[in-house]
Amino acid sequence: MSIQVQNISKSYQNNLAVNALTFEVKEGELFGLIGPDGAGKTTLFRILTTLLLANEGTATVAGFDVVKDYKSIRSVVGYMPGKFSLYQDLTIEENLNFFATIFGTKLEENYDLIKDIYVQIEPFKKRRAGKLSGGMKQKLALCCALIHKPKVLFLDEPTTGVDPVSRKEFWEMLKRLQQKGITILVSTPYMDEAALCDRIALIQKGSILKIDTPDQIIQNYDKTIYDVQSKNTHQLLHDLKNYPTQYSVFAFGEFIHYIDKNEAFNSDELENYLKEKGHQELVIKKSKTTIEDVFMDLTNLKQ
Amino acid sequence: MSEENIISVHNLSKVFGDFTAVNTISFDVKKGEIFGFLGANGAGKTTAMKMLIGISKPSSGDAIVAGFDVKTQSEMVKKSIGYMSQKFSMYDDLTIKENITFFGGIYGLSKVQIKEKTKKLIEELQLEAVASKLVGSLPLGWKQKLAFSVALLHEPKIVFLDEPTGGVDPITRRQFWEMIYAEAHKGTTLFVTTHYMDEAEYCDRVSIMVEGKIEALDTPKNLKKQYNVDSMNAVFLKLARNIE
Repeated sequence: MSIQVQNISKSYQNNLAVNALTFEVKEGELFGLIGPDGAGKTTLFRILTTLLLANEGTATVAGFDVVKDYKSIRSVVGYMPGKFSLYQDLTIEENLNFFATIFGTKLEENYDLIKDIYVQIEPFKKRRAGKLSGGMKQKLALCCALIHKPKVLFLDEPTTGVDPVSRKEFWEMLKRLQQKGITILVSTPYMDEAALCDRIALIQKGSILKIDTPDQIIQNYDKTIYDVQSKNTHQLLHDLKNYPTQYSVFAFGEFIHYIDKNEAFNSDELENYLKEKGHQELVIKKSKTTIEDVFMDLTNLKQ
Repeated sequence: MSEENIISVHNLSKVFGDFTAVNTISFDVKKGEIFGFLGANGAGKTTAMKMLIGISKPSSGDAIVAGFDVKTQSEMVKKSIGYMSQKFSMYDDLTIKENITFFGGIYGLSKVQIKEKTKKLIEELQLEAVASKLVGSLPLGWKQKLAFSVALLHEPKIVFLDEPTGGVDPITRRQFWEMIYAEAHKGTTLFVTTHYMDEAEYCDRVSIMVEGKIEALDTPKNLKKQYNVDSMNAVFLKLARNIE
């Protein structure tokens, strides 16, 4: 096991940020912590990277205990915090050399690991980090986190606020790093990124709702979701919410995802109801379940 | 949605030194429309938006927002619009009530109006129990819903929302969009940026900026047809090639 988390809890004053979390990440795995702001993701990252002490529980990273062996952990992990934390007034080159020196290495030593990423920012290597665009900052931060060839890479919300094109490229980079044998623990609020991980933990308000492969989570979901569409989406949302047997109604891109309470649900009856309400260009069809559907159902049940 | 234009942009540009951040863009937004303003990081969205809300002078071109010229009447523009962004929307170290009072005052509401609005807003958002708590202690989703309501305090004709739902949980994200729909229904115009492509589908029309220019502008349905794909995410990936 590359990461073992056993019953870890952490509170700030009266606020329980992380509540008895237990999970494992296998060596070479790309593991995703999927959850919104406030789920406890950053707190967990800080505990695992030895920057914060848990109130309860134990954890090991690369075989080292996060409390006893914190020094050993620091030299074998790479950490990219959610907030940009490099030196803004050092250039790209200076930041890289600084982190290389700290870890007793040189840029050239593990160059093959960061080459793909570094070549994209190399033309700007004399530019100060504070003057870089968001995408370039992110690439620089990743290079700095990789400079000592870590065994385990921690990435805290690397794609938050990043546009879909850059997000796609970032995940392609992660896949290449994984192929080089690095274990990766990554957190994200974007549910569509869950599908790109080997295994995921859905996490909300400090607790894990589910851990499995993305495919298994979707396959094990036992409710049938319908795509509903009409010309007037706002009115449709309203009317579906007032349908007597509705279980849940959520806007979902161009469709509304509708789940009925009854297993013997007949979509013709719903169609008639909506036609009576004056809806035009109606579409009702079975939908494909996504991780976001499962997540919303699990969090809805808890509330 | 009416046929009346509430935003008219004509050949608008912004140049920083030898870099053209916004390159002669032209478009109109109709009254009551939900207008999605999309683009990759660095495409020029924020620069364009800053000109439209009257805090950055255009290098050339014109923009009329809520009937006022952004170049010569920027103070009037600011009074006629609401603005909320993911990065800053309220003061964390003031309570919910204090924030409402502060922003109400900024927008020139009377004491009586502020009192009425505060009561109504707190009721609507069901924040009675936490009204005297610091905004910083609220979960992000609540904060964003509150910030949106605060941006609407002075009943602006247009509200600019800059990535209002980033990092917000999926259920709250949808509740937020229901608030947007409800507001558009009342005739308010919503100008929204987002990186969630499912949210692009909720807009009446969407523009996509690439390297300072508007490369596409239409309803989500027509854009998908035009690029022969089945989602706005695919439209975006086709258009917004990375410039870095």
